[in-house]
Amino acid sequence: MSILGNENTKLLVQGITGQEGSFHTERIIAYGTNVVGGVTPGKGGRDHLGVPVFNTVAKAVQETGANTTIIFVPPLFAPDAIMEAADAGIDLVVCITEGIPAANMVKVKDFLSATTTTLIGPNCPGVISPGKAKIGIMPGFIHRPGGIGVLSRSGTLTYEAVYQLTELEIGQSTCIGIGGDPIVGSTFVDLLARFAEDDETEGIVLIGEIGGTTEEEAAEWIISHNFEKPVVAFIAGQTAPPGRRMGHAGAIISGGKGTAKEKITALRKVGITVVESPASIGTAMKSDLEKSRKL
Amino acid sequence: MKIHEYQAKALLKEVGVPVPKGYPAFTVDEAGEAAVKIGGNQFVVKAQIHAGGRGKGGGIRLAKHPDEVRELATHMLGKELITHQTGPEGKRVNRLLIEESVNIASEFYAGIVLDRSAEQYVFMVSSEGGIEIEQVAAETPEKIIKVWIHPGIGLTPYQARNLSYSLDLEGDQAKNATKTFLKLWKAFYKYDCSLAEINPLVLSEEGEVIALDAKLNFDDNALFRHQNVMELRDLSEELPSEIEASNYNLNYIKLDGNVGCMVNGAGLAMATMDIIKLSGGEPANFLDVGGVASSETVTKGFKIILSDSGVKSILINIFGGIVRCDRVAQGVIDALSSIEVSIPVVVRLEGTNAREAAELLENSSLDFIVASSFKEGAEKAVKAAKGELANES
Repeated sequence: MSILGNENTKLLVQGITGQEGSFHTERIIAYGTNVVGGVTPGKGGRDHLGVPVFNTVAKAVQETGANTTIIFVPPLFAPDAIMEAADAGIDLVVCITEGIPAANMVKVKDFLSATTTTLIGPNCPGVISPGKAKIGIMPGFIHRPGGIGVLSRSGTLTYEAVYQLTELEIGQSTCIGIGGDPIVGSTFVDLLARFAEDDETEGIVLIGEIGGTTEEEAAEWIISHNFEKPVVAFIAGQTAPPGRRMGHAGAIISGGKGTAKEKITALRKVGITVVESPASIGTAMKSDLEKSRKL
Repeated sequence: MKIHEYQAKALLKEVGVPVPKGYPAFTVDEAGEAAVKIGGNQFVVKAQIHAGGRGKGGGIRLAKHPDEVRELATHMLGKELITHQTGPEGKRVNRLLIEESVNIASEFYAGIVLDRSAEQYVFMVSSEGGIEIEQVAAETPEKIIKVWIHPGIGLTPYQARNLSYSLDLEGDQAKNATKTFLKLWKAFYKYDCSLAEINPLVLSEEGEVIALDAKLNFDDNALFRHQNVMELRDLSEELPSEIEASNYNLNYIKLDGNVGCMVNGAGLAMATMDIIKLSGGEPANFLDVGGVASSETVTKGFKIILSDSGVKSILINIFGGIVRCDRVAQGVIDALSSIEVSIPVVVRLEGTNAREAAELLENSSLDFIVASSFKEGAEKAVKAAKGELANES
């Protein structure tokens, strides 16, 4: 099984006619994901990349039965696009857009709290359940179906970790980039809870970074919910200076809080393997998997 | 983005937060004129730099006469001010704020930040004014009173009253504090701040509530809708190389080490810095050239890294996903053919078409050190920076 995205995914692309939307939609279709349509206000009624384009998400859902969307619209319009999708009853919204102001995301989260929609991102590479569905901008070919769930605040660093796993012939159930912003749709804890219920997922790779406390909250959740699957973690930014935004809007040590050291300590305290080298993520997962299989 | 205290006070004054009478001064003459305009016989001369701890560092001085203000300005302008937040090299003082002195009866703290866990903004006040809030949080957390602001409604009057009365204020003083808190939120929301701090917020002996200090930081993602805030950016507070990088839309942060790095993606860029350190070296910078890593961005990246004379080797670490490694390799070759690079360059390309990329690099007439793994790349770059890789290249 996979926790997000599968054979039943019916995907809409919001912003399908834009440059980025078009580029990635082609690759999403090539991976085998069932793309049922796109949404661009004002361009409804035509076909683009072989799928129908609609003016509104509501209309697209009505016509195609879509249950998932991926958003490639500029930051100014993305918050509205997320809310439009949720209002139309979409189950899973993946927002790729980078640069949404935090004040807007705070409102979006409040809006979503009254719905059953799951949001991944923004400012993320998306979600892939290898062999089933790619709802993101990641290179599909580095993935391999299997039993590791990957959770990360990063993009290319996630690819690096997945690549290490695949090289060691360790496949993945679902890989999720949760996003690099201070406010994201789903946190590590939200997604660990789903992985806990997924029988196919044997272990977790968790890639955190400086800023915020989502890693500490994950550590707390893991111990309080008796999460027994092995978890291997890496925290990026051990050498990052305080007070500077390290590329991602959310990757900042402020007021001495959110350091890699605090996060590593919190994770190790609950028995999680935290690797110091980002080149050791795959081998550490392999060894922890072997240990857990022997038990 | 950060701005100066005098700029923050001007924005706050605009929405009605009471601030002391004062004027910015860029020269000694302006400082003297400011004091004359303010009048009276008690002045405060405050260095305007983007760092805290100015009081202890000697950046906030008192004067009794405009001539004394001039004298202080002469000593402060153009000099480096060292505080615990500036690092040992200090920051040059180019601007001063000349203010009237306020007779302080008591000091408080008021601030607004984003509570990432609660996914709401949080308004905090404390009776421990004038002390860094982080210190209060660590030592006497019970002295920080918090209210969370509803995303759709904003700070409500009853919440602001709760804050005022929690500070044991009464009568008109409580009313004034309540008004000030509501206005501070108004400014925070209006300008898409990421942080607002008034520390200290003071009660004067005359019973007024006044923002004696003010700090506003802004959400970079929202600057596009605040042209007036963007105009407050003080480039002299930033490193020339970082300004140039921002002009190219590259994320670059200078560090103190000697191994330069160029990476696609912020997380991988941080991880690359970490692995350099783990391999016994010190990273010279953070540089994310973006997911695409074109020839153009690679060339710009080289120029920026090389502007730091402390850099002794460069590690290029690219994970090619959608972008093909052979394209990136060609970009690196083109960049190195067009600019002179006299230090060793280690290249590690992984992902799409990595093998073709390695061949391109090996077959070019340029001197690359090609690494086949992340770890090897970091180790080779560290050795090269120490001058231990001469034979292999």
